[in-house]
Amino acid sequence: MTGGPEKHERLAERQDPGGEPAEQPIVSMLPSTPGRKVSTKKLVFTPIVIALALVGTYLWITNIPLDSIERNSLSGGAVRQALWQQIKLVVYSTFFVLVIAIPLGIALTRRPLRKAAPVATAIANLGQSIPSIGLLALLTFWLGIGPGTALVGMVAYAVLPVLSNTMVGLRAIDPSLVDAARGIGMSGWGVLRKVELPLAVPLILAGVRNALVLNVGTGTLAGFVSGGGLGTIITNGIVTQRTRVLIVGSVLAVALALLVDWLASLAELQMTPHGLEAG
Amino acid sequence: MADSQRAVTGATIELDDLTKRYPGSRQPAVDSVNMEIAAGETVILVGPSGCGKSTTLRMINRLIEPSSGRIRIDGEDVTDIDPVRLRRRIGYAIQSSGLFPHMTVAENIAQVPKMTGWPKARIKERVEEMLDLVGLDPREFHARYPRQLSGGQQQRVGVARALAADPPVLLMDEPFGAVDPITRDHLQDELIRLQHELHKTIVFVTHDFDEAIKLGDRIAVLREQSHIAQFDTPEAILTNPSDDFVSGFVGAGAALKRLNLTRVRDVGIEDVPTVTMDDPLQEIFNKLRERGGNELLLLDRQRRPYKWLRRGDLMRAKGSLARAGTLVSHHVTRDATLRDALEAVLTDSAGRVPVTGRRGEYVGVVDMETLLNSVHELLEADRMAALEHRHDLEESRAHQTQEQLESGFAGGDQP
Ligand SMILES: Nc1ncnc2c1ncn2[C@@H]1O[C@H](COP(=O)(O)OP(=O)(O)O)[C@@H](O)[C@H]1O
Ligand SMILES: [Mg+2]
Repeated sequence: MTGGPEKHERLAERQDPGGEPAEQPIVSMLPSTPGRKVSTKKLVFTPIVIALALVGTYLWITNIPLDSIERNSLSGGAVRQALWQQIKLVVYSTFFVLVIAIPLGIALTRRPLRKAAPVATAIANLGQSIPSIGLLALLTFWLGIGPGTALVGMVAYAVLPVLSNTMVGLRAIDPSLVDAARGIGMSGWGVLRKVELPLAVPLILAGVRNALVLNVGTGTLAGFVSGGGLGTIITNGIVTQRTRVLIVGSVLAVALALLVDWLASLAELQMTPHGLEAG
Repeated sequence: MADSQRAVTGATIELDDLTKRYPGSRQPAVDSVNMEIAAGETVILVGPSGCGKSTTLRMINRLIEPSSGRIRIDGEDVTDIDPVRLRRRIGYAIQSSGLFPHMTVAENIAQVPKMTGWPKARIKERVEEMLDLVGLDPREFHARYPRQLSGGQQQRVGVARALAADPPVLLMDEPFGAVDPITRDHLQDELIRLQHELHKTIVFVTHDFDEAIKLGDRIAVLREQSHIAQFDTPEAILTNPSDDFVSGFVGAGAALKRLNLTRVRDVGIEDVPTVTMDDPLQEIFNKLRERGGNELLLLDRQRRPYKWLRRGDLMRAKGSLARAGTLVSHHVTRDATLRDALEAVLTDSAGRVPVTGRRGEYVGVVDMETLLNSVHELLEADRMAALEHRHDLEESRAHQTQEQLESGFAGGDQP
């Protein structure tokens, strides 16, 4: 029963995926564990909750009188644009995270680069231990403001979970399996493609899921560096002291985070190789 | 079918001064091993833990690159060829089975044929054939995942995978080391049966000398750094260990272990007078009286040993066959090892046990005296054979040098 408390911590952490992401306590090299059983309950209820929240907010906001500032901030075009920007930010940053972190994780577990692994993870850890808002601020000195800066910040922030999970997933493979694979005549590439990666998939996917949720959260901060996204609406609400605007922006951000997490768990369920499910 | 299998027999393996020095250690882990293994032979590498068995084995398929020396398979020097291609021609099975947990049994077995480019239909057929060969029902097992199998079944699949592309050579590193003793015994029997059909060249690593005796055509007893202490048949090693290291490794009871290598049917069986239940009482009386002091073996209607009858038994039982004599408590089959027979004879109160045939019918009797005589003869024959073998070896070696010298001269004559 070791790791009991740790599991609880993790559960607590999971329960609040849409909260202020900057405060999420993911700074360690601990891999996000796979096989958090994606329960049917969660699979069914999450979309229902999301839909209810969105519909409720919509009905509420369209049925109360709004002043001109509010109307401006929440006009269909503005919200749609912010949402679209947010989604684009998440998709692009996740894409870059995958393209950087997975090959890097693979490379760092190959013999020639194995020695460099601690350095690389130390750097990735550093990127993540800085609060994301601080990281974005620092980046503006270097890259100026705009969506590009936001993207770089998001990527830097989300590389770590995927990188560390890829490495841990590959390292956790029973060496005798790799020995057997080579022994029956697989090439190095064949062993990686047919044995190592499939076996590391659950851990890698858990890391990706983590990165996605992080990205939705960090994405809301893009507004601070003129990167667009839902953060713009939230910032507008704060600056103009219009709580309702703030609420709409926040609800959308939370809903998006939940939705992304839900989609990721679907993918995890779909992509985990047969024969590996706990049982 | 059996004939086509037989045609694809094993290949010879020659190891020439094979040496492995791991970086960072002063002494080589394997120091200059020389070994010739005949095609179709099962050779066991046995020795204490850490003596370099695995390293030696893994140099044959170059999972470990030798530091120096040559490896020849079927005469071809494979020391420098592409190791991946080499390994596809050599079966490989290990202790932990090494099955890929994310692939079904069928996919696991299909790996090597797939890599070597067999057509799909042939692979499918081959998978079924392999499952059959290792004693697993293809319909039941082909779609299962490894974690749905017992340890013994996993090992069977591991062997099937190693044999799937019909490699002439099979390397096995303590393949039965992690299963329970009963399953291990089964798997060993299966391997013997398999090898009887396939005639591969098998190099098998174990630290269990009894396993070595059971499976090996020849056994190489290794000491540290893979130095060969003795390389010979199980019989020769048991009866004629070359030095203290080998006898130490053979362990106590070498002569007893030798008994495991011979079956009751291979030694002399005595005959005792028998009667059956259907014989008239008077005849039984007469027979008992004729054979002063000796016993009769009473057989039941299927001619199976039933009771031992002595003089006076019938009298005491007032002529009732049902109550007379003592029931036969022990018997051995003709396929039992001499060790089992000895065990039975020692356990039997009168020191003799009936031998039975396939259906339990009476064949003869073994007792202490015949058994001891057979064992002595056996050990003596082993000793003679070992001496002769050594003599032959020396002679053939001398002959070879002679030939080499001659061919050398003949070559010199050519312009
Ligand atoms: N990869 C390695 N690096 C360094 N030393 C090794 C390595 N593998 C094995 N050895 C050493 O080589 C010796 C022989 O090992 P091994 O062949 O595994 O022995 P066995 O299989 O007989 O138990 C041991 O002393 C072991 O410590
Ligand atoms: Mg070993």
